[in-house]
Amino acid sequence: MCGIVGVYLKTKKFEKDLGKILSGMLNNMESRGPDSAGFAIYKTENEKNYKYSICLNKLNFDDFRKEIIKKVKKPTINQYSDHVILTTSDEPKKVIKIINSEFTNISLVGYGRSIEIFKQVGNPKDVVKKFKLETFSGSHGIGHTRMATESAITTDGSHPYSTGEDECLVHNGSLSNHNNLRRELKKQGNIFNSENDTEVAAGYVSNSLSKNKSLKDTLISGLKDLDGFYTFITGTRKGFAIVRDEIACKPAVIAETDDYVSIASEFQAMAHLPSVNSAKIFEPEPGIVYSWGN
Amino acid sequence: MELDLKKLKLRSINETLQNLDRKKNERDFKIINPEGSHALCAGLTEDMNINIKGHVGYYCGGMNQKAHITIEGNAGTGVAENMMSGKIHVKGNASQSAGATAHGGLLIIDGDASSRCGISMKGVDIIVKGSVGHMSGFMSQSGNLIVCGDAGEALGDSLYETNIYIKGKVKSLGTDCVEKKMDNNHIKKLRKYLKEANIKNLKPQSFKRYGSARKLYNFKIDNLSSY
Repeated sequence: MCGIVGVYLKTKKFEKDLGKILSGMLNNMESRGPDSAGFAIYKTENEKNYKYSICLNKLNFDDFRKEIIKKVKKPTINQYSDHVILTTSDEPKKVIKIINSEFTNISLVGYGRSIEIFKQVGNPKDVVKKFKLETFSGSHGIGHTRMATESAITTDGSHPYSTGEDECLVHNGSLSNHNNLRRELKKQGNIFNSENDTEVAAGYVSNSLSKNKSLKDTLISGLKDLDGFYTFITGTRKGFAIVRDEIACKPAVIAETDDYVSIASEFQAMAHLPSVNSAKIFEPEPGIVYSWGN
Repeated sequence: MELDLKKLKLRSINETLQNLDRKKNERDFKIINPEGSHALCAGLTEDMNINIKGHVGYYCGGMNQKAHITIEGNAGTGVAENMMSGKIHVKGNASQSAGATAHGGLLIIDGDASSRCGISMKGVDIIVKGSVGHMSGFMSQSGNLIVCGDAGEALGDSLYETNIYIKGKVKSLGTDCVEKKMDNNHIKKLRKYLKEANIKNLKPQSFKRYGSARKLYNFKIDNLSSY
């Protein structure tokens, strides 16, 4: 069991409150996943530069800063507990190489022009507080609370998984064909950092999007290629989607108003949302992809 | 009596309802701010009326005996699961496994019910004014499942002796589920149920009845090689 949540804002009305909304949802999903938590926030500003979300693990922040400013072009570095957001005009290829070769034991959890990702082991309430999620603004966001079943409780095993620029995916369920699919995707050049099944689903989405397929079409073909139980919420820079497998054992509820779409494993995660009681509330049907934006 | 889930803990509300003070003769309750709480009004054993103002979470009214519960909102997974008697009325939609394994009583859902509605039902009567999702009535044993809208894939798969009445389209029938003749007795019974759920615009004759072909009841020696 895991808890998944997501909010996509259709208007600008709640942009400043996105972090507050999402943190309330994650806090309410603690009962579904007390082992680790994480979230991805999409911000629209500053799209000229790239943002790299990095988990420093045990590396000291000052040591990291001293080294990185020598290596990338005009960086700005914001620290949030053991994560940093590194902003620079340098291209991903170069920066990923630097992170992987010049540092030991730090991990890149995501990158893009708009996405910022934070994830860590621990109770969702603590994780949300530690990264000050309440202060974030943005256009859409996705979160996850994990009850580990398939692989160990580690930062690498926490969601969201990001395997491409401005992409992320969270998962409630388990995949049964992830080893085969991982091998297949590795052959096609995808890189995986964990043994986790969800990372394979994220890799599958990235692989398909890189072939210029739309998010919706990607998830439709995923219904055939991904075997197992799942409800996925995925995000791209301008898009947001949910899909449940055809057996639909893993729950999801959608609440939609003129201003926002919110998705959660259980309604209680959204009970605090503005005007939720007058929202259109429905369950996504099995095997149907619901998407917003593009 | 009004019970507010913003002020009281779920457990204390359930305990109040489960241990009704018979001397007080307090039988009408209103629950406000349910906010999707799980197992609300589970395990009630006395005759009482409860009105829940809002959406509830999983297993609302589970194991209910005698109580009449109205939910003015949507219900999560397993509403009225294992109900023995009484009545539960969901004014919105219900999530999966509504009325699962319920032995008796009446469950009315004004909106839609999603997958596996009435799974393994054992005597409950379920009336859904909207549609039901896939695998509804799966392994259902006894009782009536009445659906005014459509039914999803594999309706009544491996069912025993439940009567299923569907007004709209059936996407597909499950294994051993077949359409059956409606005789006057069935029409009479269905009329009674529709009246009970205050459904006035539908004629019982416009429904189709489905039930067990009873081919799975006995082991067939011809199938030996499949095992």
